Amino acid sequence: MKRLQPQQGLQIDGFTLGEKLHQGGFATIWDVTHPAQELPMVMKIPTLLDGYDGPTIVGFEVEQMIMPRLRGPHVPGVIATGDFATLPYIVVERIAGGSLYPRFRAAPLPLADLVAMAAGMAAALHAVHQQGVIHFDLKPDNFLQRPSGEMVLIDYGLSRHESLPDLLAEEFTIPMGTFPYIAPEQYLRQRKDLRSDIYALGAMIYELATGGMPFGVPATLKQVRKRLWRDPVPPRLLRPDLPEWLQEVILRAMEVDPAQRYQSAAQLLYDLNHPVQVRLTARARRQVVQSWGQIWRKWRRMRGVTSLGDPSPMGAQIARAPILLVAVDLSPDQEALSRALLTSVRRMLVIEPEARVACVNVIKVSRIGLDPTTDAEGNNLHVSRLLGLRTWAEGLDMPEGMLTFTVLEGVDPGQVLIDHAANLHVDHILMGARGHSGTRRYLGSVSAQVVAEAACSVTVIRLPATREAPALVITAEGWR
Amino acid sequence: MRLAILTDIHANREAFSAVLADLSGRGIDRLVLLGDLVGYGPDPEYCTDKAADLVAKGAIALRGNHDAAVRLADPTFSTTALLALTWTRPRLSAAQGNFLADLPMQAMLDDLLFTHASPQDPADWIYVTSVARAVGAFGATRQRVIFCGHVHVPQLYAMDRGGSVHALDHPTGQPLPLLTSRRWLAVVGAVGQPRDGHAQAGYAIYDMATADLTFRRVPYDVALTATKIRQAGLPEALAQRLLTGGRS
Repeated sequence: MKRLQPQQGLQIDGFTLGEKLHQGGFATIWDVTHPAQELPMVMKIPTLLDGYDGPTIVGFEVEQMIMPRLRGPHVPGVIATGDFATLPYIVVERIAGGSLYPRFRAAPLPLADLVAMAAGMAAALHAVHQQGVIHFDLKPDNFLQRPSGEMVLIDYGLSRHESLPDLLAEEFTIPMGTFPYIAPEQYLRQRKDLRSDIYALGAMIYELATGGMPFGVPATLKQVRKRLWRDPVPPRLLRPDLPEWLQEVILRAMEVDPAQRYQSAAQLLYDLNHPVQVRLTARARRQVVQSWGQIWRKWRRMRGVTSLGDPSPMGAQIARAPILLVAVDLSPDQEALSRALLTSVRRMLVIEPEARVACVNVIKVSRIGLDPTTDAEGNNLHVSRLLGLRTWAEGLDMPEGMLTFTVLEGVDPGQVLIDHAANLHVDHILMGARGHSGTRRYLGSVSAQVVAEAACSVTVIRLPATREAPALVITAEGWR
Repeated sequence: MRLAILTDIHANREAFSAVLADLSGRGIDRLVLLGDLVGYGPDPEYCTDKAADLVAKGAIALRGNHDAAVRLADPTFSTTALLALTWTRPRLSAAQGNFLADLPMQAMLDDLLFTHASPQDPADWIYVTSVARAVGAFGATRQRVIFCGHVHVPQLYAMDRGGSVHALDHPTGQPLPLLTSRRWLAVVGAVGQPRDGHAQAGYAIYDMATADLTFRRVPYDVALTATKIRQAGLPEALAQRLLTGGRS
């Protein structure tokens, strides 16, 4: 069969091509309609050169393989794919909002805007990682924003699915990706590490924050290679009003050694959500450009490097950096329970040393905003609960930066915990259950509600039931 | 239509039954047996009868080199294979022998080709164990997807639009789309005598509507089959091979 040429009005498999929306280097995007589909849709058609056009074809095959498997609001829904014999295409839902590209051209952005945008990108990236896909080509054009504000990650032509064959691995001998954002190990042609996407995300946040790309726009691979030993100019040097914590987040995401970066997009998102509690290191305070001497020393160390990091399989990589939410009951009559909870968290940290622990306490109110926020002595309830949480967590003996403390309030404490866990992309909730009386069993308890409704694993800690001790009898002779 | 593709059952009743049980709940419309129903294992009568029964119900069954050797001596057989064959022959009835001898060498269904070994000179029983052998196999047919067995280790090859052939990693237990832009050759793992170090029975499911291929592994009572092999007086190496999944 002869291959069709895309043009307005062309009909294929029931789809009618409308206006050409975009002409890219490797593909064109068309508005399409179908009598059986009311959803607005676009068709992506690869632009194939005459003869065998390996890179474009394989990239498109990869998209046809991966995209139909992805689910959720952070990826475009796939409606149909077309055969190479007639016309290769992929039809996806049309995302009403545009790409982030214009927003990047407007950078530097005000702090609140850029943090919100970075958080949106991190949430979308984590959703894709959780489905076993490393994107490998993060750039502003590849993030679209739905009218609801959710970010959608598109263009999976360089991606890798952990349980599908990597068609690209053998096809190419040069590094693939977008030069300004590409991770150093991706330059070294490693295609297994989800932390490569963390690096690219860090480079994008750098651009949003400073208005400049961390390494400019490299034109050659030789220039790309320099990021193995050149440090980006610290963002606060370019924009002094940036907070130290944001510089910490950006430079940590952009560490050359993947092991020094955030280990998952959820962990990066977690820091964006807890700015004042980000653990600051020398990265946060870096205020000078790398000297020639430093560059030379790092170059000597890095010039022979042929591989970076040793990523574990993707699922394990995400699981290795879990976010734990610990709901601590600070009531005076629950001290034994909160101690038992502490012991459980400590045990868990032995096997999950990279975990982040979000310590949370919930103040139950009858109606939001109408309850007194101070106790009988006039102490602020939030502050005293926060202090209580910190004191409890001292027993964990964890570095400050791995822990955060939050006091929440709500009419329905169970729901408050469930929502908070969803916002933070928590992997595992640990909480205590207050006894097991019949009343609780029938009327429901907070822990039962969280177990039933939370989207993640939940461990409930319970004190062993105490049986009535046999009464001691005191006689004239003493204990008996 | 969803196909379950089984190969190299090798008279292993326990593995065969475990696979049939596993696929029974998976919406399979048709079975394809790629040959070597007998040889090596202790239950040739059962496995032959079961296969004949399945064929009567619509299954496709092909002839493998061990099936052919029941009637026609094969000079390439190893000592162990020959011992097992000598043990097997007298156990099969004339009807069972005829069934095996009359099985076809290959079958086609739409754009699929089924063979026991490489479709390149089928009677030579060529093992598809390398990209070069896969190139030969693709050259021998115009069918888009080739399924074969004989190797006892699951493997996947793809020919891209430029004509180069690649060996690809493949997942177990998860569907993999055999993109229509390529030609594919799937070597299905053995039901009755895996040789990739995993002592579970292998088979594959192919969905003709979605072109999704799933390599599956199913645990079975290996110890029981090994005991039967020993009680039958078959070579101990055959029992060991099952217990270790062929890891040497």
